[in-house]
Amino acid sequence: MINEHSEIILSVKNLHANVDGTEILKGLNLEVRAGEIHAIMGLNGSGKSTFSKVLAGHPDYEVTAGDVVFKSENILNLEPHERATAGVFLAFQYPLEIPGVSNRDFLRVAYNAHRKARGEEEIDVFDFDDLLDERLSVVKMDASFLDRSVNEGFSGGEKKRNEILQMALLEPALAILDETDSGLDIDALKIVANGVNQLITPDNAVVLITHYQRLLDYIVPDYVHVMAEGRIITTGGKELALELESRGYEWILAEHRAEAVA
Amino acid sequence: MSASVQSLVSQPYKYGFTTDIEADVIPRGLSEDVVRLISAKKNEPEFMLEFRLKAYRKWLTMAEPVWPNVSYPPIDYQNIIYYSAPKVKEKKGSLDEVDPTLLETFEKLGIPLSEQKRLANVAVDAIFDSVSVATTFKEKLAEVGVIFCSISEAIHEHPDLVEKYLGSVVPIGDNYFAALNSAVFSDGSFVYIPKDTVCPMDLSTYFRINNGDSGQFERTLIVAESSSSVTYLEGCTAPMYDSNQLHAAIVELVALDDATINYSTVQNWYAGDENGKGGIYNFVTKRGLCAGKRSKISWTQVETGSAITWKYPSCVLVGEGSVGEFYSVALTNNLQQADTGTKMVHVGKNTKSTIVSKGISAAKSKNSYRGLVKIGPKADGARNYSQCDSMLIGDTSSANTFPYIQVQNSTAQVEHEASTSKIGEDQLFYFAQRGISPEDAVSMIISGFCRDVFNKLPMEFAAEADKLLALKLENSVG
Repeated sequence: MINEHSEIILSVKNLHANVDGTEILKGLNLEVRAGEIHAIMGLNGSGKSTFSKVLAGHPDYEVTAGDVVFKSENILNLEPHERATAGVFLAFQYPLEIPGVSNRDFLRVAYNAHRKARGEEEIDVFDFDDLLDERLSVVKMDASFLDRSVNEGFSGGEKKRNEILQMALLEPALAILDETDSGLDIDALKIVANGVNQLITPDNAVVLITHYQRLLDYIVPDYVHVMAEGRIITTGGKELALELESRGYEWILAEHRAEAVA
Repeated sequence: MSASVQSLVSQPYKYGFTTDIEADVIPRGLSEDVVRLISAKKNEPEFMLEFRLKAYRKWLTMAEPVWPNVSYPPIDYQNIIYYSAPKVKEKKGSLDEVDPTLLETFEKLGIPLSEQKRLANVAVDAIFDSVSVATTFKEKLAEVGVIFCSISEAIHEHPDLVEKYLGSVVPIGDNYFAALNSAVFSDGSFVYIPKDTVCPMDLSTYFRINNGDSGQFERTLIVAESSSSVTYLEGCTAPMYDSNQLHAAIVELVALDDATINYSTVQNWYAGDENGKGGIYNFVTKRGLCAGKRSKISWTQVETGSAITWKYPSCVLVGEGSVGEFYSVALTNNLQQADTGTKMVHVGKNTKSTIVSKGISAAKSKNSYRGLVKIGPKADGARNYSQCDSMLIGDTSSANTFPYIQVQNSTAQVEHEASTSKIGEDQLFYFAQRGISPEDAVSMIISGFCRDVFNKLPMEFAAEADKLLALKLENSVG
């Protein structure tokens, strides 16, 4: 929901980033306010996933210029786990498997890390189990998932639901969903989208990174951005996604090239 | 390996101090005269001298094994001191007469020996440079007939038992280092559990190397009579020296009908520095004989120290229905090398063995599991289950598995499972993205990986083992 006066959650200015010496982000700008849902679309290789990893602080990426201000704080100097506890959440395109670590333990340690960062005591184990039970319903997950190793042997859909469960538990101010729709059948997509919709409040914001309009039928964005060559080249409303769906990307890239020449 | 993962696995060694104490040391080198001198210094009966000389002569005909997956410069056996004992002015009658410097040393290591402070439920034999300096709770154990003392004392007080069992499980010519140990061993622990007795407390030996030039040759012998049981714990530390010290110990276990021996080790010898300088060569022979029907021997080890580890705690399952177990966590870091595993030799009918091995290698270390499962022709219905998992931290370490399976009986069932996994940047990033610091992430992954083994450790050790691995892997600098 757009509200011109709500708090700026994320402000990205002229962001440049490299991986292995190759520049992937080339002057990206984005502003996200509380209560807003942004979709970032674009072809493979346009830099969408890189952008999400740079925001979260993945060590393979080097920021060479620009600023990332999250809730009035420059987070580029924070460690990845400090960005997470500050409220930046990334739902992974490919969630990792952690053999030997139970999902329940993982969630509890993560939750306590967030509490610790806020200067709060660790949660009582029984209280945590109650909280977890409640959050499981957001993604219609069975409690039996908690006692399995993190993502080990999970289907694609189960992994994505587990990501949203983590989001439900950690209640981030900014959630970046990196192609959360990829590999999901329509039922799983609905469950995931429904979960995300339940978690949206006037105080937080969501950035959806996706290839397809399909997800946006269920999570309706306030803004749709098109990324190409490491920048956002066009921004529109939700209709833009529909137009991209029917016309493809070529026309918009052509327009952009024409503008660049002119 | 990236700098961040590398820094996580570096941790200073906190037991690296040296105790300044006057020692009774013999000149370097090994000869028949040295063997005689050691025996004479210990005022041993004739059968012991014969035992030693036979072993020495055998050793002269043997060659150091070259098959382990480890490499090190040749050891100069004439440059090692074979006997070094802290000087005692008079024979000590009680702990109060033990040199306070030694009590202090053990206290610093977390092993208080004095009456007021000692561990409530564990009897400890403290061994300093291969000499037993104190054994706690001796009298209390004697009330139920349990003998727990240094092997030197046992040679004098219980020569019949020692003569009967010493070398009965690990023959003097078993291997190069076993022969060397049999010739020159200076001390160690002796345990005897009489028939129908459950040892009323856990027994423990704490080994401390102090002298930088002396070799360490301990000898442990545990005999459990019919229907008895005992839990035994072993811990080890050593100061930091630039040179390498040789540690060639032997542990022999004998379990008679329906007897159970649980033997746990937390090995934290000095591992050398990050460039591989210094550290202990830990070349140890450990073997248990399940002589009696339904007897059981269980080895649990957490190996974190030593520059080189070469050891295969084994079970020879002779008694019908006897059980052998081996649970191991071996962690190597920097330039450490470990070639460790077990041998399960099934001789009797319906014998069972279980092997669970977890190898963790970080930095440029080399970690190999080597195990033999042998089912003899008469071992009808024998069963073995083996599981060998390796975990790599970063991408410059190596892990190897060398399983040897020999089956000579068609009714046997042998299962072997193996896996290799890796803690990579992406896994740590996933934890970090959920707010979990890399230190906590590594320790969660490792303790999950090791859970099957830690569950087998006695309570006192399980906590210590968890802490030790965390210490070894945590970044102290931040």
